Amino acid sequence: MNITLRVWRQKSRDDEGRMVTYQVEDVSPDMSFLEMLDVLNEKLTLDGHEPVAFDHDCREGICGACGVVINGVAHGPETTTTCQLHMRSFKDGDVIDVEPWRAKAFPVIKDLVVDRGAFDRIIQAGGYISAPTGTAPDAHAMPVPKADADRAFDAATCIGCGACVAACPNASGMLFTAAKVTHLGMLPQGQPERAARVVKMVNQHDEEDFGGCTNIGECAAVCPKGIPLDTISQLNRDLLGSLASGNPK
Amino acid sequence: MALKAAMAVTGAILVLFLIAHMYGNLMIFGGPQTFDTYSAHLRELGEPMLPYEGFLWIMRVVLLASVLVHAYAAVTLWMRARRARPAGQRYHTKKSVQRSYASYTMRWGGVVVVLFVIYHILHLTTNDIAPGGASASPYERVVNGFQIWWVVLSYVIALAAVGFHLRHGIWSAVATLGGNRAGRQRSLNIIATGLSLVVTIGFLIPPFAVLLGLVK
Repeated sequence: MNITLRVWRQKSRDDEGRMVTYQVEDVSPDMSFLEMLDVLNEKLTLDGHEPVAFDHDCREGICGACGVVINGVAHGPETTTTCQLHMRSFKDGDVIDVEPWRAKAFPVIKDLVVDRGAFDRIIQAGGYISAPTGTAPDAHAMPVPKADADRAFDAATCIGCGACVAACPNASGMLFTAAKVTHLGMLPQGQPERAARVVKMVNQHDEEDFGGCTNIGECAAVCPKGIPLDTISQLNRDLLGSLASGNPK
Repeated sequence: MALKAAMAVTGAILVLFLIAHMYGNLMIFGGPQTFDTYSAHLRELGEPMLPYEGFLWIMRVVLLASVLVHAYAAVTLWMRARRARPAGQRYHTKKSVQRSYASYTMRWGGVVVVLFVIYHILHLTTNDIAPGGASASPYERVVNGFQIWWVVLSYVIALAAVGFHLRHGIWSAVATLGGNRAGRQRSLNIIATGLSLVVTIGFLIPPFAVLLGLVK
C-alpha cells in the first residue's frame, strides 16, 4: 500500500506548528499504525530529516501512551489504541491526517507528543485510598458483590490515554475523572474518602482548564477501553450528594 | 458543576412550563369562548388569596429568573469550553463519531429560542407585532396571526429549534443530575425524543389548524 500522510509537525512547545505531507510507500496491511510511522521515521532519518516524535510504550494496547487523532477521530477508525490499529483499516492511496490531542490542558511538547501531566494531578488530588498496605488480605475477608466488583473493574481498565479529552467538543476530561471515581467508589476500601475524593478531583479537573461535560457521548464512543458514559452520571451523583451533605473532609 | 446542576434544574422548570403552555394552547379547539375564558382565568387564578394577575406574575418572575440563570450558566460553560480548546489549538480534521444533530445545535439553538421568545411575547402577549390585525381577544389574535403563511413558518422554524434543544436538553439534564445508568440509557433517550416530539407537535397543531381553516 502507498499512503499519503499529513502529520502535525511542531518543534517545541512555543513553535507554531503546521501540517506536513509525507509519502509512505510499501506499507503492509499487517503493520500497526505505529509501525507505519516507524517506516516513515526510518526514511526521514536516512534522508537526514528530523523523525516525527510520537508517544508509545507497550504497543500492546494497555499503557495508554500512543494517542493521536487520525482523520479526525481519536485513535483512528477502530475503537482501540493507535498501536492496535492496523493498516488494513485503510486503503491503498488513502490520505491520512495525523494530529496530536488538542486541549489547553494537554500542551504539545513536540510533533504528536502532548503533556498529559494534568491527568496525573487529577489523580494526585484524590484518585487513591489512604489505607495502610501490607500483605494482601484474604480474598474472602471483605465480601464485594459481583456486580460492584465488575463495575469497579470495568472502570479501572481506564489507561488514562486522554482520547476522551481529544474527542470531546468541550475538551472535557470528565470520562477519565469519572472512571477513577467509579473504580474506587464501587469498592469498600474506597468508601471512607468517597465524598471528599469526588470534590477534590473535579476541582482539580476544572483548575487544569478542561471544559465542562455536556453529555454528548463522543468520549465513550472513542474510548479504547469502553468506559461507559454512565460513569459520568455516577460521578455527578456522588458529587451532588457530597456537596449536599455539607463540606466533605 | 454547580452551573451544570443549575442548568438542569432551570431547564426542567422551563420544560414543565412548556407542557402547561401547550395544554392551554390546545383549548383553541374549544372555540373562542373556551379559549378566552381560559386566558382570563389564568389572570384570576388564586383570587382572592392573590391579587388580579398575581399568580401570573409569580410565574413570570420564576420563568424569567430560570431563563436568566440558564443563560448565564450556558454562557459561562460555553466560554470555559472555548478556553479548553483555544484558537490555534483546533483540529484540522475533526469528525464526530456518534453525536446527535440536537447536541450540535444546543448553544446556537438556545440563542434562536431566546430570540423567538421575545418575538412571540411581542406578537401574542403584548400584540405590538400584530400581523393580520390586533385584537383584545386572545382567540382572535391567534386566528388573525396564523392565517398568514409566513407567521406559521416562523413558528415552525422556532419550534424545530425548541424540539432539538429539548431532545438533548432533557437527556443531558437527567445525566447531569445523576440519573443516567447503563440499563436506563436507551429508555432515557427514547423519553427525551418522545417528550420533545410531543411538545413540538403539540405546539404546532393550533397554528396549522388555523392555517388550514379548521379553526376560524
